[in-house]
Amino acid sequence: MSKSLRFLLPLALFVALVALLFFGLGTDPRKVPSPLVGKPVPQFTLPTLQDPKRTVSDADLRGQVSLVNVWFSTCVSCRAEHRQLMAIAKESGVQIVGLNWKDDKPDALQMLRQFGNPYHVVAFDEDGRVGIDWGVYGAPETFVIDRKGTIRYKQIGPIDQAVWQETLRPIVDQLKAES
Amino acid sequence: MRLKMLPAAFLAGALALPLAAGTAQAFTLEEFTFDDPAKQAEFRGLIDELRCLVCQNESLSASQAELAQDLRREVYEMMRAGKSKAEVVDFLVARYGDFVLYSPPIRPSTYVLWFGPLALGLLGAVVVLRTIRAKGKGQDADLTEAERKRLAGLLNQGGEPSRRPQGDRS
Repeated sequence: MSKSLRFLLPLALFVALVALLFFGLGTDPRKVPSPLVGKPVPQFTLPTLQDPKRTVSDADLRGQVSLVNVWFSTCVSCRAEHRQLMAIAKESGVQIVGLNWKDDKPDALQMLRQFGNPYHVVAFDEDGRVGIDWGVYGAPETFVIDRKGTIRYKQIGPIDQAVWQETLRPIVDQLKAES
Repeated sequence: MRLKMLPAAFLAGALALPLAAGTAQAFTLEEFTFDDPAKQAEFRGLIDELRCLVCQNESLSASQAELAQDLRREVYEMMRAGKSKAEVVDFLVARYGDFVLYSPPIRPSTYVLWFGPLALGLLGAVVVLRTIRAKGKGQDADLTEAERKRLAGLLNQGGEPSRRPQGDRS
C-alpha cells in the first residue's frame, strides 16, 4: 500500500460515513414507505358517513384520478389540512374521497358542517379495519390513485400549500394526462 | 416539526398518563386468550417481534397506541381462525412493509445491514494482523546507516548515561 493511499483511504471512508449519516439526519423516521404504492387499491365496501344505507367501494376509485384522504375529527393535523383540501377541491376538481378513520360519527359530521366538505364521498371506517388494509398507521394520510385504481403515491402527514404545489399536484396532473 | 400525527386526544391522554396510570384507559393483553397454552405462547412471541408503527420503538405487545391494540386484535383473530405465524406476518408486511418486523428479512437489499458489521470486523482484524506482522519483520528497515550504528552502539554499551533516568542503578 503506497503511503498516500494509507492516509487517503481511511479519510475517504470517514467522509463517506459522515455523508451517509448527514443525509440520514434529513429523513423522517416516522414516514414509513408504503408497500402498497404501485399496487391496486385494497378491496373494500363501507357505508358513507352521511348515509349508512349508501356504500362506497374500491370500484368508486376507478375511472378517474382520485385522492383518498384518511382523517378523523379530533386529529389536529387533519383539521390543519382541511382548508387546503377545500382549496384543492375547488381549484383542481380532482375527486377527493374521504376515509373517516376510527371516528365518532357526530363529531365527524360536525367538523364537515363547520369547515366545509371537500369530499365527493366519505367512507366511514368505524373500527379501522379498512384502514389496516390500506396500511394506515396515523392520520392524516393521503393516497393518490390513478384511473385504473392503482395507488401511485402516499402522502404521510398533512397536505399544506407547499406539499400540494410541489408534490401532489404534479403527480395528479401527470396521472390525468395518462390515457 | 411539520408532521404532527398524534391526535390531540391521544396527546392529552399521554400527558395525563402519570395521573391516570393504571386506570381504565390502559390496554392489556388479558382479552387475548387461547385454550391451547402453546398457541398463547406463540401469540405472545409473535406480537413481541412486531413493531408498533406509531411508537416505532415499542413492540405490538408493549405499545399503548390505539393502532397497536387494533393490530393485536387482528393478529389474535387471525390466529384464532387457524392462520399460521407466517401468514400473519405476510398479512402485516403486505400492508405496512418490512418495517413492522423487528428482525428484517435477509435479502440482497439488507445484506449490508446483516453482514456489514461482520465484514467490517473481519477487515479490521486483517488490517491489525498485517500491521503487527509488518512491524515484527522489518522493524529497523527505515533507519539510516548512521542511526543503525548508533543503535548498535547503544545496545552494546547499555545506553547513553546522560539519557538514563535518575536513580537507575543498573
